[in-house]
Amino acid sequence: MVELVAKTPCAGLLPVSVGDLRIEETHMLPMSVIMPFLGKEEAVGATLQKAHGLALPPVNRAEIDGETSVLWFGRGQFLLRGAAPDADLTDLAAVTDQSDAWAVVRLSGAKAADVLARLVPVDMRLSAFPEKSTVRTDLMHMMASITRLGPDSFQIMVFRSMAQTLVHDLKGAMEAVGARG
Amino acid sequence: MRINCPVCGERDRREFYYKGAAVALERPAPDAGEAAWDEYVHLRENPAGETRELWYHESGCNGWLVVTRNTVSHEISGVELASEARS
Repeated sequence: MVELVAKTPCAGLLPVSVGDLRIEETHMLPMSVIMPFLGKEEAVGATLQKAHGLALPPVNRAEIDGETSVLWFGRGQFLLRGAAPDADLTDLAAVTDQSDAWAVVRLSGAKAADVLARLVPVDMRLSAFPEKSTVRTDLMHMMASITRLGPDSFQIMVFRSMAQTLVHDLKGAMEAVGARG
Repeated sequence: MRINCPVCGERDRREFYYKGAAVALERPAPDAGEAAWDEYVHLRENPAGETRELWYHESGCNGWLVVTRNTVSHEISGVELASEARS
Protein backbone atom coordinates (compact mmCIF):
# COMPACT_ATOMS: atom_id res chain seq x y z
CA MET A 1 0.00 0.00 0.00
CA VAL A 2 1.37 3.39 -0.99
CA GLU A 3 1.50 5.80 1.89
CA LEU A 4 0.61 9.32 0.82
CA VAL A 5 2.19 12.17 2.75
CA ALA A 6 0.43 15.52 2.87
CA LYS A 7 2.76 18.37 1.92
CA THR A 8 2.13 22.08 2.18
CA PRO A 9 2.53 24.08 -1.08
CA CYS A 10 5.83 25.63 0.06
CA ALA A 11 7.25 22.57 1.86
CA GLY A 12 11.04 22.64 1.60
CA LEU A 13 11.03 26.18 0.16
CA LEU A 14 10.32 28.38 3.17
CA PRO A 15 11.13 30.18 5.40
CA VAL A 16 13.64 32.46 3.65
CA SER A 17 15.28 35.48 5.29
CA VAL A 18 17.36 38.29 3.79
CA GLY A 19 18.40 40.80 6.45
CA ASP A 20 15.20 41.67 8.33
CA LEU A 21 13.05 40.68 5.36
CA ARG A 22 11.39 37.31 5.75
CA ILE A 23 8.94 35.08 3.90
CA GLU A 24 7.24 32.22 5.65
CA GLU A 25 4.38 29.94 4.81
CA THR A 26 1.19 30.52 6.79
CA HIS A 27 -0.75 27.71 8.52
CA MET A 28 -2.84 25.54 6.25
CA LEU A 29 -6.39 26.71 6.88
CA PRO A 30 -9.70 25.91 5.17
CA MET A 31 -10.38 28.26 2.23
CA SER A 32 -13.53 28.67 0.17
CA VAL A 33 -14.45 31.01 -2.63
CA ILE A 34 -17.96 32.38 -2.19
CA MET A 35 -19.74 33.74 -5.28
CA PRO A 36 -23.13 35.17 -4.24
CA PHE A 37 -26.00 34.41 -6.61
CA LEU A 38 -27.57 37.38 -8.37
CA GLY A 39 -29.12 39.74 -5.81
CA LYS A 40 -27.99 37.62 -2.83
CA GLU A 41 -24.95 39.61 -1.76
CA GLU A 42 -26.72 41.20 1.21
CA ALA A 43 -28.04 37.84 2.45
CA VAL A 44 -24.55 36.32 2.10
CA GLY A 45 -23.17 39.24 4.13
CA ALA A 46 -25.73 38.69 6.87
CA THR A 47 -24.99 34.94 7.00
CA LEU A 48 -21.24 35.52 7.14
CA GLN A 49 -21.71 38.03 9.95
CA LYS A 50 -23.89 35.64 11.92
CA ALA A 51 -21.87 32.46 11.38
CA HIS A 52 -18.31 33.78 11.17
CA GLY A 53 -18.46 37.27 12.73
CA LEU A 54 -17.14 38.98 9.60
CA ALA A 55 -18.88 41.30 7.14
CA LEU A 56 -18.67 41.08 3.35
CA PRO A 57 -15.86 43.50 2.47
CA PRO A 58 -16.15 46.17 -0.23
CA VAL A 59 -13.92 46.08 -3.34
CA ASN A 60 -10.18 45.92 -2.56
CA ARG A 61 -10.75 45.44 1.18
CA ALA A 62 -10.37 42.54 3.62
CA GLU A 63 -12.13 41.69 6.87
CA ILE A 64 -9.72 40.04 9.29
CA ASP A 65 -10.32 38.68 12.79
CA GLY A 66 -7.43 36.61 14.13
CA GLU A 67 -6.95 33.63 11.80
CA THR A 68 -10.35 34.06 10.13
CA SER A 69 -10.60 36.41 7.16
CA VAL A 70 -12.81 37.34 4.24
CA LEU A 71 -11.04 38.87 1.24
CA TRP A 72 -12.56 40.61 -1.74
CA PHE A 73 -11.38 38.21 -4.41
CA GLY A 74 -12.63 39.53 -7.75
CA ARG A 75 -15.88 40.69 -9.28
CA GLY A 76 -18.62 38.99 -7.26
CA GLN A 77 -16.08 36.76 -5.50
CA PHE A 78 -15.01 36.54 -1.88
CA LEU A 79 -12.52 34.24 -0.17
CA LEU A 80 -13.35 32.91 3.28
CA ARG A 81 -10.22 31.63 5.02
CA GLY A 82 -9.83 30.05 8.44
CA ALA A 83 -13.31 28.56 8.82
CA ALA A 84 -15.43 25.94 7.07
CA PRO A 85 -18.23 27.86 5.32
CA ASP A 86 -21.60 27.86 7.07
CA ALA A 87 -24.05 25.38 5.47
CA ASP A 88 -26.62 28.16 4.89
CA LEU A 89 -24.25 29.83 2.41
CA THR A 90 -24.74 27.11 -0.21
CA ASP A 91 -28.35 28.29 -0.78
CA LEU A 92 -27.19 31.85 -1.40
CA ALA A 93 -23.93 31.46 -3.25
CA ALA A 94 -21.71 29.13 -5.26
CA VAL A 95 -19.20 27.88 -2.69
CA THR A 96 -16.07 26.02 -3.76
CA ASP A 97 -13.40 24.53 -1.52
CA GLN A 98 -9.95 25.91 -2.44
CA SER A 99 -8.04 24.88 0.69
CA ASP A 100 -5.29 23.04 -1.22
CA ALA A 101 -5.29 25.25 -4.31
CA TRP A 102 -3.23 28.21 -3.20
CA ALA A 103 0.23 28.85 -1.81
CA VAL A 104 -0.23 31.37 1.01
CA VAL A 105 2.86 33.15 2.32
CA ARG A 106 3.59 36.09 4.58
CA LEU A 107 6.21 38.66 3.63
CA SER A 108 7.42 40.84 6.49
CA GLY A 109 10.13 43.40 7.18
CA ALA A 110 10.51 47.17 7.25
CA LYS A 111 11.09 47.25 3.48
CA ALA A 112 8.43 44.69 2.50
CA ALA A 113 6.60 47.29 0.39
CA ASP A 114 9.86 48.02 -1.49
CA VAL A 115 10.16 44.31 -2.32
CA LEU A 116 6.63 44.25 -3.75
CA ALA A 117 7.29 47.49 -5.69
CA ARG A 118 9.75 45.46 -7.79
CA LEU A 119 7.21 42.77 -8.60
CA VAL A 120 3.70 44.24 -8.58
CA PRO A 121 2.19 46.98 -10.83
CA VAL A 122 0.14 48.46 -7.96
CA ASP A 123 1.23 51.10 -5.42
CA MET A 124 1.94 49.12 -2.23
CA ARG A 125 3.13 52.00 -0.06
CA LEU A 126 1.32 52.36 3.27
CA SER A 127 -0.18 55.71 2.20
CA ALA A 128 -1.82 54.17 -0.89
CA PHE A 129 -2.38 50.65 0.44
CA PRO A 130 -3.31 50.82 4.14
CA GLU A 131 -3.91 47.87 6.49
CA LYS A 132 -6.64 45.44 5.37
CA SER A 133 -6.33 46.56 1.75
CA THR A 134 -6.34 43.71 -0.74
CA VAL A 135 -5.83 43.47 -4.50
CA ARG A 136 -6.03 40.93 -7.26
CA THR A 137 -3.09 41.73 -9.50
CA ASP A 138 0.05 40.34 -11.12
CA LEU A 139 3.15 39.34 -9.19
CA MET A 140 5.71 39.11 -11.99
CA HIS A 141 3.71 36.91 -14.40
CA MET A 142 1.54 35.19 -11.80
CA MET A 143 -2.03 36.04 -10.89
CA ALA A 144 -1.93 36.91 -7.21
CA SER A 145 -3.98 38.09 -4.28
CA ILE A 146 -2.07 40.48 -2.01
CA THR A 147 -3.36 41.73 1.34
CA ARG A 148 -1.75 44.12 3.81
CA LEU A 149 -1.85 42.53 7.27
CA GLY A 150 0.13 45.26 9.07
CA PRO A 151 2.47 48.21 8.42
CA ASP A 152 5.33 45.82 7.56
CA SER A 153 3.58 42.60 6.60
CA PHE A 154 1.68 41.26 3.61
CA GLN A 155 -0.15 38.06 2.78
CA ILE A 156 0.58 36.86 -0.75
CA MET A 157 -1.37 34.12 -2.50
CA VAL A 158 -0.65 32.48 -5.87
CA PHE A 159 -1.81 29.19 -7.38
CA ARG A 160 -0.20 26.26 -5.59
CA SER A 161 1.53 25.08 -8.77
CA MET A 162 3.52 28.35 -8.82
CA ALA A 163 4.86 28.16 -5.24
CA GLN A 164 8.46 27.64 -6.35
CA THR A 165 8.34 30.55 -8.82
CA LEU A 166 6.81 32.78 -6.15
CA VAL A 167 9.59 32.02 -3.69
CA HIS A 168 12.23 32.48 -6.43
CA ASP A 169 10.85 35.88 -7.50
CA LEU A 170 10.35 37.12 -3.92
CA LYS A 171 13.84 36.01 -2.90
CA GLY A 172 15.41 37.81 -5.87
CA ALA A 173 13.59 41.04 -5.05
CA MET A 174 14.45 40.72 -1.33
CA GLU A 175 18.14 40.34 -2.17
CA ALA A 176 18.00 43.34 -4.52
CA VAL A 177 16.32 45.51 -1.86
CA GLY A 178 18.70 44.19 0.81
CA ALA A 179 21.74 45.03 -1.35
CA ARG A 180 20.74 48.68 -1.43
CA GLY A 181 21.03 48.82 2.38
CA MET B 1 -0.73 52.53 -20.72
CA ARG B 2 -3.24 52.37 -17.88
CA ILE B 3 -6.88 51.36 -17.91
CA ASN B 4 -9.34 52.68 -15.35
CA CYS B 5 -11.25 49.52 -14.42
CA PRO B 6 -14.75 50.43 -13.18
CA VAL B 7 -14.38 47.80 -10.43
CA CYS B 8 -10.72 47.93 -9.32
CA GLY B 9 -9.61 51.45 -10.23
CA GLU B 10 -6.70 52.53 -12.44
CA ARG B 11 -4.44 49.59 -13.30
CA ASP B 12 -1.47 48.76 -15.47
CA ARG B 13 -2.09 47.41 -18.98
CA ARG B 14 -0.28 44.13 -18.21
CA GLU B 15 -3.15 43.02 -15.94
CA PHE B 16 -5.50 42.97 -18.94
CA TYR B 17 -6.04 40.63 -21.88
CA TYR B 18 -6.99 42.18 -25.21
CA LYS B 19 -9.87 40.55 -27.06
CA GLY B 20 -10.54 42.82 -30.03
CA ALA B 21 -13.34 44.97 -31.45
CA ALA B 22 -16.46 45.02 -29.28
CA VAL B 23 -18.57 43.37 -31.98
CA ALA B 24 -19.34 40.39 -29.76
CA LEU B 25 -21.82 42.61 -27.93
CA GLU B 26 -23.90 42.97 -31.12
CA ARG B 27 -24.43 39.36 -32.10
CA PRO B 28 -27.03 39.16 -34.89
CA ALA B 29 -30.22 37.11 -34.52
CA PRO B 30 -29.91 33.50 -35.76
CA ASP B 31 -32.10 34.29 -38.76
CA ALA B 32 -30.47 37.66 -39.56
CA GLY B 33 -29.20 36.33 -42.87
CA GLU B 34 -25.88 35.50 -44.45
CA ALA B 35 -24.70 39.09 -44.96
CA ALA B 36 -25.20 40.04 -41.28
CA TRP B 37 -23.43 36.90 -40.08
CA ASP B 38 -20.60 37.30 -42.60
CA GLU B 39 -20.01 40.79 -41.28
CA TYR B 40 -20.22 39.71 -37.63
CA VAL B 41 -17.78 36.83 -38.02
CA HIS B 42 -15.29 38.16 -40.59
CA LEU B 43 -15.42 41.87 -41.30
CA ARG B 44 -13.65 44.34 -39.02
CA GLU B 45 -13.12 48.06 -39.20
CA ASN B 46 -9.50 49.22 -39.07
CA PRO B 47 -9.93 52.80 -37.92
CA ALA B 48 -7.22 55.42 -37.45
CA GLY B 49 -9.02 57.03 -34.55
CA GLU B 50 -11.60 56.03 -31.97
CA THR B 51 -12.50 52.36 -31.60
CA ARG B 52 -14.49 50.26 -29.11
CA GLU B 53 -12.74 47.15 -27.87
CA LEU B 54 -13.21 44.33 -25.39
CA TRP B 55 -10.57 43.92 -22.71
CA TYR B 56 -10.57 41.28 -19.96
CA HIS B 57 -9.24 42.17 -16.52
CA GLU B 58 -7.54 38.81 -16.29
CA SER B 59 -5.25 39.36 -13.30
CA GLY B 60 -7.65 41.68 -11.51
CA CYS B 61 -11.39 41.42 -10.96
CA ASN B 62 -12.11 39.13 -13.98
CA GLY B 63 -14.48 41.74 -15.43
CA TRP B 64 -15.01 42.14 -19.19
CA LEU B 65 -14.65 45.79 -20.16
CA VAL B 66 -15.57 47.89 -23.16
CA VAL B 67 -12.69 50.31 -23.70
CA THR B 68 -13.03 53.27 -26.06
CA ARG B 69 -9.52 53.95 -27.34
CA ASN B 70 -7.96 56.15 -29.99
CA THR B 71 -5.67 53.97 -32.12
CA VAL B 72 -3.57 56.98 -33.18
CA SER B 73 -2.88 58.57 -29.78
CA HIS B 74 -3.70 55.51 -27.58
CA GLU B 75 -5.81 57.87 -25.49
CA ILE B 76 -8.55 56.03 -23.61
CA SER B 77 -11.74 58.08 -23.48
CA GLY B 78 -14.08 55.61 -21.80
CA VAL B 79 -14.20 52.32 -19.88
CA GLU B 80 -17.36 50.50 -18.84
CA LEU B 81 -18.33 46.99 -17.79
CA ALA B 82 -19.41 44.94 -20.81
CA SER B 83 -22.47 43.73 -18.87
CA GLU B 84 -23.61 47.34 -18.52
CA ALA B 85 -22.63 48.40 -22.04
CA ARG B 86 -24.95 45.75 -23.44
CA SER B 87 -28.10 46.59 -21.55
